[in-house]
Amino acid sequence: MKIDILIAGVGGQGQVLASRLIGAAAILEGYTVRTGETIGMSQRGGSVVSHVRIGGESLAATVPFGQADLLIGFELCEAVRNLRRLSRNGRLIVNTQRINPVTVSLGMERYDAEAMIETVKQAVQSPILLDGYSLAREAGSVKAVNVVLLGTAVGAGFLPLSRESFLQAIRDILPQKLHDLNFAAFDKGYELGGRAVEDKAAQIK
Amino acid sequence: MKRLLMGNEAIALGAIKAGVRVVCGYPGTPSTEVLETVAKNNDGSIYVEWSVNEKTAMEVAAGSAYSGARTMVTMKQVGLNVASDPLMSLAYIGVKGGMVLVVADDPGPLSSQTEQDTRHFAKFSNLPVLDPSTPEEAFAMIQAAFALSEKVGLPVILRPTTRVCHACASIDVDDNREEHIPSGFEKDSRWVIFPQLSYKRHIEIERLQTILAQTFSESPFNRVSGKGSLGIAGSGIAWAYAQDVIRDLGLSVKTFKVGTPHPFPEKLAESFLDGLEAVLVLEELDPVIEEALLEIAGKKGLKITISGKKDGTTPYAGEYSYELVRKAISEFAGLSDAEVPQPAIPSLPARPPVLCAGCPHRASFYAVKKAMKGRKAVFTGDIGCYTLGNAKPLNMVDTCLCMGASISVAQGIKRVEPDTRLFAFIGDSTFFHTGIPGVINAVYNQTDIVVVVLDNSTTAMTGHQPHPGTGRTMMGNVSEKIDIAGLLKSVGVKWVRRINPFDQKTAISAVKEASEVKGVSAIIFEAPCIALIKKPEALGVDSGKCRACGLCIREIGCPSMYLTENGKVQIEPSTCYACGLCGSICPFGAIGGMNHEN
Repeated sequence: MKIDILIAGVGGQGQVLASRLIGAAAILEGYTVRTGETIGMSQRGGSVVSHVRIGGESLAATVPFGQADLLIGFELCEAVRNLRRLSRNGRLIVNTQRINPVTVSLGMERYDAEAMIETVKQAVQSPILLDGYSLAREAGSVKAVNVVLLGTAVGAGFLPLSRESFLQAIRDILPQKLHDLNFAAFDKGYELGGRAVEDKAAQIK
Repeated sequence: MKRLLMGNEAIALGAIKAGVRVVCGYPGTPSTEVLETVAKNNDGSIYVEWSVNEKTAMEVAAGSAYSGARTMVTMKQVGLNVASDPLMSLAYIGVKGGMVLVVADDPGPLSSQTEQDTRHFAKFSNLPVLDPSTPEEAFAMIQAAFALSEKVGLPVILRPTTRVCHACASIDVDDNREEHIPSGFEKDSRWVIFPQLSYKRHIEIERLQTILAQTFSESPFNRVSGKGSLGIAGSGIAWAYAQDVIRDLGLSVKTFKVGTPHPFPEKLAESFLDGLEAVLVLEELDPVIEEALLEIAGKKGLKITISGKKDGTTPYAGEYSYELVRKAISEFAGLSDAEVPQPAIPSLPARPPVLCAGCPHRASFYAVKKAMKGRKAVFTGDIGCYTLGNAKPLNMVDTCLCMGASISVAQGIKRVEPDTRLFAFIGDSTFFHTGIPGVINAVYNQTDIVVVVLDNSTTAMTGHQPHPGTGRTMMGNVSEKIDIAGLLKSVGVKWVRRINPFDQKTAISAVKEASEVKGVSAIIFEAPCIALIKKPEALGVDSGKCRACGLCIREIGCPSMYLTENGKVQIEPSTCYACGLCGSICPFGAIGGMNHEN
């Protein structure tokens, strides 16, 4: 298997942990992994992208334009910002949560959410748009939105690694007191991902 | 079993495997995780410290290396400027225990004030430098660097860049560890630099350069492969992109991977150039490999076109990417490469980094801004999270140069503009790093400035490292906290106040008072970084009281606040730290505890 994944969001949404969990799950299944992170200045509420490459021979962690097999957008605007890296045959999951940059709150720039959602829907076949924020809150903490979205990707079959590997990765990486929250968050997303694909299949029939 | 390791973690674990005994450094993106990882994996046999600055770190490590210990010093590229004084002399004096300087470069730059190239610093100081392309290679190179350092008796530089430092790869790390017991310090005239010794050592260092250039031609980190009349040479992450592009385009070319840019592996380079008509060099930042190849071609009288930065083929500034390298290689090979079709994307708002919601610096800047409203004042800034205070709507950083410069630059402006009030903003860690000499200079030369220490009890920008004011060390010890107020008083600052910036009334009146003081005055704004405190319940907006004036957002630009469709303000509960600064601004008392939530 060779799969290139992008995680795009706003600094503080837990992208680094998400890419570490994917990496750990992939290693558990015997794959080689490369990841690349944005760390530093851009973590302070700026745009953040993580690249995860499973399998393949590439020496560089950055996924080139048009080559990502899966883009997980943790935030609407950041998902759109990184669409250029997604392959036309790629898979797309977008948390429709909107986080206003300060430039928008100050009236210096516009956040056109409708246009962004339209772009996301047109970008590739059968993208999954979901309110990850609410699902994470239901699971116990809005901070777990990152793990909800990983669950969605696995549940929809967009990320061909097993649920069990992810639960093990959560056990291996996170402190015990956070296990139950993240298991719940993962499964919230997992169920939604599975349902989204089933619904789509039903529609096609 | 393989583990997913970040480049910086791989460097740290490689150093531990090589038997490192003393590790010193100063935090700086993208180098910080190296020292932190050593500390995290320390079985107690390694001495690890965050030093107050890079010069100190280099000197502490030099002392340990004189005493036969394997030592490592970590810093970012601009840190080497601070440590350049000991570096240049140490290159002459040499070391006994292996000493590796991990200096991380930041092409882009992503989090730095310069795009300087440490490979040139290596050339300048006549020290060998290793330049990894991947975390795996960094892991191998750090181990080889210790052995090399001991073999030649010189410090060796490992120069990873951001895309190697912060990339993760699957790496197999076994538990085998070399044992190097330090022989101890032996008194000898070789440790005392004098002009006569410098002259002798200079001859020896130059002799070593020639020998190393030959040895490096045999190094596994330098490789020539493939054949043809076209050649591609490269290093670092640019080499990794080139490998991917060559494979994706199905090209058959001769390649030269350079892992030791200095001393340059001349003999191997000659075998690379042999039979070539044209060469493309791919390296980020300075044309180090390009110049070396041009020099060899010139010396040998070879008729080869060497393309790179000097003929405008590739840029000097900014980081390289797969796309940039693909374009350069396609053109070099005479291929017309189809552009990847790009989806149409609506215009998107920029999302620059900002001070966190609840950050005490926002309150500190705001108090000074309010106090100086309508007065002529200049605000010099420094290096840290608080550099972000330059953004709208605060606009409170008028200058930023380098670590510690806020205090000294303020003095220079004051000398030319005696009627302007000068405020120098500096963080606690930066104050200890290089801020103190500036204060002494201002006191001694009787310059009227206000020093504003933004004390959030940590080194926040780089990920919350301890410093001398925190009372914690990397060995897990509790040490005496160095008191900033006491230190300022002891060097002659007569007017010193410690203030909680969230008490805006007291803060504003203190700032006004400080600005009237003759000589140096100092305000220490004390409030912890939000990363150090447990998140309290968020504040809420009473939508009945909110009149949609937007004043709170316009004044402080807190990222937790946003306007709803009707123009009223809302607060995102997951990021609000209830600092209350917005509440102190709201003229209608609409912002308060959760009971206010609409």
